[in-house]
Amino acid sequence: MRFLILLLLSFCIFTNSSFGRVQTDEPVRIGTKTFTESVILGEILKQSIESDGYETAIYKQLGGTRILWNALVGNEIDVYPDYTGTIIEEILGEREIENREDLIAVLNEFGIKMSEPFGFNNTYALGMKQEQAEKLDIESISDLQNHPELSFGFSNEFMDREDGWIGLQQVYQLQPQQVRGLDHDLAYRGLDAGNIDVIDLYSTDAEIDYYDLKVLEDDKSFFPEYEAVFLYRSDIDKEVVPSITRFEGEISRDEMVQMNGEVKLDGMDDAVVASRFLAETSQIKSQISVEGFWDRLWRHTLDHLYLVGISLGLAIIIAIPIGVLAVKVQVLETAVLGAVGILQTIPSLALLVFMIPLFGIGAFPAIAALFLYSLLPIVRNTHSGIKTISEPIRESAKALGLPDSLILRKIELPMAVPSILAGIKTSAVINVGTATLGALIGAGGYGQPILTGIRLDSVPLILEGAIPAALLALLVQGLFDLVERWLVE
Amino acid sequence: METSRILYIPCMIQTRYISKSYDQKVLDDVSLSIEKGKTVSLIGPSGCGKSTFLRIIMGLIQPDSGEIQIDGKVMASKNALALRRKMGYVIQSGGLFPHLTARENLTLVTHYLGWDKAKENERIQELSELTNMNPSMLNRKPENLSGGQAQRISLMRALMLDPPILLMDEPLGSIDPLVRYELQNDLRSIFRELNKTVLLVTHDLGEAAFLGDEIALMKAGEIIQTGSIKEIIEHPANEFVKQFVQAQRSPLEEY
Repeated sequence: MRFLILLLLSFCIFTNSSFGRVQTDEPVRIGTKTFTESVILGEILKQSIESDGYETAIYKQLGGTRILWNALVGNEIDVYPDYTGTIIEEILGEREIENREDLIAVLNEFGIKMSEPFGFNNTYALGMKQEQAEKLDIESISDLQNHPELSFGFSNEFMDREDGWIGLQQVYQLQPQQVRGLDHDLAYRGLDAGNIDVIDLYSTDAEIDYYDLKVLEDDKSFFPEYEAVFLYRSDIDKEVVPSITRFEGEISRDEMVQMNGEVKLDGMDDAVVASRFLAETSQIKSQISVEGFWDRLWRHTLDHLYLVGISLGLAIIIAIPIGVLAVKVQVLETAVLGAVGILQTIPSLALLVFMIPLFGIGAFPAIAALFLYSLLPIVRNTHSGIKTISEPIRESAKALGLPDSLILRKIELPMAVPSILAGIKTSAVINVGTATLGALIGAGGYGQPILTGIRLDSVPLILEGAIPAALLALLVQGLFDLVERWLVE
Repeated sequence: METSRILYIPCMIQTRYISKSYDQKVLDDVSLSIEKGKTVSLIGPSGCGKSTFLRIIMGLIQPDSGEIQIDGKVMASKNALALRRKMGYVIQSGGLFPHLTARENLTLVTHYLGWDKAKENERIQELSELTNMNPSMLNRKPENLSGGQAQRISLMRALMLDPPILLMDEPLGSIDPLVRYELQNDLRSIFRELNKTVLLVTHDLGEAAFLGDEIALMKAGEIIQTGSIKEIIEHPANEFVKQFVQAQRSPLEEY
């Protein structure tokens, strides 16, 4: 009996150690949120881990807090930077957390560990232009109560957070006439242009000085502390942990503001900024290679073609038989056409996010979403292409005494080819455009420079993704036009 | 005397009490027997059910009630394919497959049945001569054929397997008069030469008389009278038959 228990125990230990991620040959997967500071911290961590001789895979700008947290808990990534306030209020909002010990204990339940703070507090704040604040005599957030005419522009995540606008509005009793959600990196532009008057800030944003903004006093102490930390999985390779925890107490607010400024305002590459920081503070010499324009374009093109090609290819293989089924099996017709129709009405962004719990992050969920999107035009056109074949043709085929399968293969499908091809063309063109959203869940492609461009407020970067995507769509359309013309000949 | 003939000579096509309704009754207990080698012209006003009757014999539509025998075999779903191959089917227009050349239209079924190339070519050669079809036209797609040429190809396709029966639904309905006259001559000699059993739907009494050994006159889903043109003109079964015959205008009457 004792032997049996021992056996069972050793088996458990064995399986644990072999299925837990202890092998060093698998890369450490790093995620970052969509804003610059998170990307820089991710890049610093990447270079730190690599300088210790481990492989890494980094998913930059993966999404908001929820997506990163779920990816971490779901073992899609191993580590990402976050803030204590966000973790307590946003992620674990329903739990009673009084102090650090509570926090660590609760995180432990999820199999997550937290590094010590880096040494800067990147709290939320509200800000407005210095001269307007002086003119209206606004010093603190409470003062905003008297100015409901001011228009507010908040980052989308801030809008929806308990520790953001939802709570703030209640505590300060604010009822502004206009509140808009927008990308945080575009908010400064809107403020500068005078379209909005009050925005949310991260206190380490370099733009605060750059645009000469007034940070309004949080006179009711609403915003909690937002100490920057790394969250990492407890089952991560123990050898890697020192590379993650080496930044505890090592990054000051000024250093972070400066790095944010270098990337966002001076247009420096985040890898270069991270590398210099490591060299200056930790004597770590990291290998970075800054990709040239053409290399980058080529990589994005390959990624994009991969997403489009696989998803469209699968859609063609699956959708044509479904379309045929819809014609042949009367009872399925409405159901099938309705189902693929409904798929099409799901907003593409939502569909992508729905895929994350099913398929994780990266290219696979993006391909799954694009595949579902590509179904409708092909199914519908296959169906209508066969359905619209004239009665005399249909009768003549049957009258020849040919079996149904042969009629389908030799007559119905060939006659439906122009229609099916038009459906594939529609799918392909939509697919090329929609695939740019794939970057949101770490799939790469032309969406990557667009996302980075939005984050850095850089039109050239946005165009670096948008123009090739548009050209590819035109190219695909042109190719299909050629094939159609060739078929008609 | 007529009935005794039908009883003793084997019939190629025999229908008994065929009825079919859609929103209203289209066919009402239609019975018709056609002896082997005879041509019957089925004639009647538009919408009288003659095309539906033809489709039912072809097995393209299921009747609500009644029975069809082809060459002595009762048609059922399990022998429908085989029986269809005993019948060639020619319709007014649009029956050729537009994505295939004329030759491919002809060989679709023989290819399926596994004929070799030589046998196919030989058969096509025979039928080209029979139908006065220029073989150089065979590589064209239907859209590049004239109406008359398309109908000759349709006829060739119907005859590819040398079926004992031909069912034709207004085969010359959309052909202009000169070509039509020529085709009527060709059809008559082909029917005689090949000894086919033919059921031909037409709305033209002249054509019906010219091509048919017998004429079956249909009205509102019922066969009113069957007989030779002589019998129909001299002994019309009722007032409708009389009117139908009189309503055929001869170009000479105004002269």
